[in-house]
Amino acid sequence: MDTVPVLPATITQKSPQELALSGAWTARGISRNALRLDTPSAANHSEMLIDGAGLEAFDTVGAWMLQKLVRRLRGEGATVQLRDLRPEFAKLLDVIEQQAADPTESPPALPQQSRLESLGHSVVSAVEQSVALLSFVGECSVAMAASIAHPVRFRWRPILFNIRSAGFDALPIVGLLSFLLGIVVAYQGADQLRQYGANIFVADLVGLSMLREFAPLITAIIIAGRSGSAYAAQIGTMAVTEEIDAMRTLGIPPLDLLVLPKIIALLIALPLLTVFADVLGVTGGMIMAHAQLDVGYGEFLDRFVKAVSVTAYLIGICKAPVFAAIIAVVGCFQGFRTKGGADSVGRQTTRAVVQSTFLVIVADAVFSVAFSALDL
Amino acid sequence: MGSEMAIEMRQVATRFGDHVVHSGIDLDVRRGEIFALIGGSGSGKSTLLREMILLHKPDSGSIKVLGVDLSGLADTDALALRQRWGVMFQHGGLFGSLTVKENVGLPLREHTALDDALIDEIAAWKLSMTGLKPEVGAQYPTELSGGMMKRASLARALALDPELLFLDEPTAGLDPESADGVDQLVRKLRDLFGLTIVIITHDLDLLWQVADRVAVLADGTVQGVGSMAELSKSENPAIRKFFDGPRGRTAQAQEEVQNKQAGAEQPTATGRPSSKPK
Repeated sequence: MDTVPVLPATITQKSPQELALSGAWTARGISRNALRLDTPSAANHSEMLIDGAGLEAFDTVGAWMLQKLVRRLRGEGATVQLRDLRPEFAKLLDVIEQQAADPTESPPALPQQSRLESLGHSVVSAVEQSVALLSFVGECSVAMAASIAHPVRFRWRPILFNIRSAGFDALPIVGLLSFLLGIVVAYQGADQLRQYGANIFVADLVGLSMLREFAPLITAIIIAGRSGSAYAAQIGTMAVTEEIDAMRTLGIPPLDLLVLPKIIALLIALPLLTVFADVLGVTGGMIMAHAQLDVGYGEFLDRFVKAVSVTAYLIGICKAPVFAAIIAVVGCFQGFRTKGGADSVGRQTTRAVVQSTFLVIVADAVFSVAFSALDL
Repeated sequence: MGSEMAIEMRQVATRFGDHVVHSGIDLDVRRGEIFALIGGSGSGKSTLLREMILLHKPDSGSIKVLGVDLSGLADTDALALRQRWGVMFQHGGLFGSLTVKENVGLPLREHTALDDALIDEIAAWKLSMTGLKPEVGAQYPTELSGGMMKRASLARALALDPELLFLDEPTAGLDPESADGVDQLVRKLRDLFGLTIVIITHDLDLLWQVADRVAVLADGTVQGVGSMAELSKSENPAIRKFFDGPRGRTAQAQEEVQNKQAGAEQPTATGRPSSKPK
């Protein structure tokens, strides 16, 4: 590989009326500090001579800069002559001069938004997005009702596929995290309970907290991150590559093919995953209770049955379908809002995860208030 | 440097698993010519292009681009070589997160020490050279039409004043008027800067109007190389396919009409197609 060192572009004023160019006037030869084109001035001279004999290389960047210099000198009232410029360099300079002579006024830069204005814009877009989300929920409900009215229209294959990818494939991570959560809860409670000699109540603590709150919530958050993002990215990419439009043109409603199977699959999978998380979480707590508080497995289970009612278990499970609907609808909704390219897919995927996690926790809070009002 | 050939390929072979794409390709592209690579779908044109621009390594054989052997190239040498060519991808390959002007200015920003104001001026000028209006510079690639996207991509490929330009399907998906614009643009670039241009295309008009030499790729080898007029006389069935279809005949007939007109105006014109500037 020939790595000829690039001589930096220079310009020297040999006499008040003569400028000499040398070095490589190319993108790589010109550096921002070495070349000073604002110093040569045509003041008091009617004729300027530019000597190009020392020019070793010349490209469009160099030509552009030289052309600017020549124009400025001419603007100052001098006639500029170029001497000893190689023919191919002169040709390039001619082309650039022609192009530059065309008025290529760059459009005026957009005025900066004031803070109030950008606040207004973000409020408007937030409201617009909420309305769009509501109408998407409406469309999904209508499509769902139509499907239930005509069960033949259910697409079982994608539903089963989604149950596997969003449910079965998530078993290891959901199981591991809820197991660890059970350990943490028992471990944190152990110290307090030991102080009062109430070791056996660890079963109450682990059982109620896991079944009512932690298992449904941790499962929903994992699935929001895992499947919600996948839904948004899949539908978003399809929107970018015009697959959604193609589907509409072929007379296949995208809601039926893409959204309903996901919602139905998650409605089935998330409660099942929650049960799995319940089992693993309580197991984790039980092992920790044995290790830290000397509560035997048999004792723990005896107490567990007495302390935790079926209602507590069902309360946890009945939250799961609501969380599932939130995750699937928000993920698909954000996917459909993708416009443009890869950037937009990333942005919508982020939004899908953040919003569905947020809404899941809000829904959980609403459930807590409602259940306490109902004395459950 | 100093070699007559911009690209030399010797016995290049490529396989994907059991599927043989190229089995011994020999190809020379001369400096300063417009060279077109044609072949049916799946004939390995794009793979060959990817091998020329260091995106794919052939299984065997040697490739020299601008006098540099591509096999066993050190990273710094590869970087230096990459700055000497420009590539226009079929779908533009413009970065969606940058405006068109930023896309064009990116190579200059990365590889030169020019200041930002100058880079913006040059980017705007390169865009106007490819026939785009100055307003386009502030837009994002997704807001552009297909033809504008190709022009913007070409402007970016030209940012560093390359010696060698690769165009992947420059006219695919364009309306006839835009495609004519691309024809003229390619010729203009070669005349202005003495560029060597390698084109992958299916566009018969582009082949007749612009290409100096054409290589036909089929069955993993080069079936023939020559000007379109020479290839049109070939008996090889793999080459005949391109000329015998109705489209091939129309493009050829059009070229002949143009030749006759040029011949009437300029009695000394020889067999060389008149549309090609010397």
